[in-house]
Amino acid sequence: MSEAIPALELRHVSHHYGARQALDDVSFDVAPGSFCVLLGLNGAGKSTLFSLITRLFALQKGEIRLLGLDLTRHPGAALAELGVVFQSRTLDLDLSVAQNFYYHAALHGIGRKEADERTSELLKAVGLADRAKDKVRNLSGGQMRRVEIARALLHRPRLLVLDEPTVGLDIGARADILLLVRGLIAREGMSVLWATHLTDEIEPGDSVVVLHKGKLRAEGKVTDLLAKTGLADMRSAFVALIAETETRGAA
Amino acid sequence: MSIEAAAPRRLTPAAYFICLKGICWREGLRFLHQRERFISALVRPLVWLFIFAAGFRQVLGVSIIPPYDTYVLYDVYITPGLMAMIQLFNGMQSSLSMVYDREMGNMRVLLLSPFPRSFLLFGKLIAGTLVSVLQVYAYLVIAWFWDIQPPPLGYLTVLPALILVGLMLGALGMLLSSLIKQLENFSGIMNFVIFPMFFASSALYPLWRVQEGSPALYYVCQINPFTHAVELIRFALYGQMNWLAFAVTAGCAFVFMSAAILAYDPSRGLMALRGAPGAGA
Repeated sequence: MSEAIPALELRHVSHHYGARQALDDVSFDVAPGSFCVLLGLNGAGKSTLFSLITRLFALQKGEIRLLGLDLTRHPGAALAELGVVFQSRTLDLDLSVAQNFYYHAALHGIGRKEADERTSELLKAVGLADRAKDKVRNLSGGQMRRVEIARALLHRPRLLVLDEPTVGLDIGARADILLLVRGLIAREGMSVLWATHLTDEIEPGDSVVVLHKGKLRAEGKVTDLLAKTGLADMRSAFVALIAETETRGAA
Repeated sequence: MSIEAAAPRRLTPAAYFICLKGICWREGLRFLHQRERFISALVRPLVWLFIFAAGFRQVLGVSIIPPYDTYVLYDVYITPGLMAMIQLFNGMQSSLSMVYDREMGNMRVLLLSPFPRSFLLFGKLIAGTLVSVLQVYAYLVIAWFWDIQPPPLGYLTVLPALILVGLMLGALGMLLSSLIKQLENFSGIMNFVIFPMFFASSALYPLWRVQEGSPALYYVCQINPFTHAVELIRFALYGQMNWLAFAVTAGCAFVFMSAAILAYDPSRGLMALRGAPGAGA
């Protein structure tokens, strides 16, 4: 049996805006079928990383591979495997939910018939089957997020990346979204990279990548990180891991 | 569950067509939803036609110049200019909507498509052009009742000219959108792009009249691509071909389009240098 190829591989990725270094030699993998949490405070470089993975910015240094496909050499094929939920809203507010889905499907070369089937299937999965004809403007924040997640899965990507998808949602909606995404991965069998600064979104079985001030601080299973820091919960472990960088930087 | 290396999915010609159709369809829907935009796009040239041209009819005489084979009224003369103006506004407006789109993240959705980026931007241009052509025909219908009645065949022969002009002005707008950093109000583009292009052209007055008044302005008008866009439409509306106007319009369309595609290319473009909204975090 061949060894499974990581859903996402980053190798020595660095990025700077002018003189400011936003990412410094970041390397990590997202294993197939895993839920990987990218943990970092605001300004840690998470959004820059997303802009690189989604090819909004060109890679300045290093390599990124999606399902073994080099993002620079095979951008189209790599993007076809990628589903994205951005931090800011990206739905057309004046169009209906279904129209937003058809547009997304067309951008992936998927015809109306298949798009139709997939739309009703996915909207059912996120509990919004009865809202297909409603204008997006009339949905609540939590519902819009669910629509965006469903839309990101329309073209059957094998890697889903989400940039702080729970920002601006209330506690109930946050829990819903998390549960939903975890359920969907199990159902659709894909890998997830979930960026957040909230440690309570992490579950014991997850992989965690800790990013701080553009540097990779730690990487591993939750249990590994707890063992490494000798602490009981991820919140204290996270604080300890980024504090360690501070003192090192000062030394 | 095992995941193997992804085999690159094939993008067939049919898939390209679906993509292009989808981009045009969305642009059309958005246009329908913005009724004010359609009405103001129609009212603007009509104000010029009904008020400005009516007033100037007595002041400005237009001698017989090609493509006209008889004396024409001033409102007949400025109609091609107003048609081009509709397309100029539309091109700049869709450029502004791209800045807005980018802030709203819709541009990001477009650029996530696996199709080549140049194809996506070209699709966006085609979609904007089709919308502008619809606006022009709506204007022509009303103008017909105002006794501006070009030969029936002219309505058909002007179509390719409108498409080419729409592409050129749309590409110019797209290029500007890649340079504009934030959602600014429309007045900047009005003052620095639309007004100079429109007034320093043959849209409102024949160039021989400009030459009499100011030779310097005459040269400015000559090198203004908008002049050639207007002349291309003017000749095509009367079933004639103006090769110089065609060459300049097509050449500019090509140059603007290439520059816009380069500007949106992540590896060479300005977006990476500048950083995108929220990306500094």
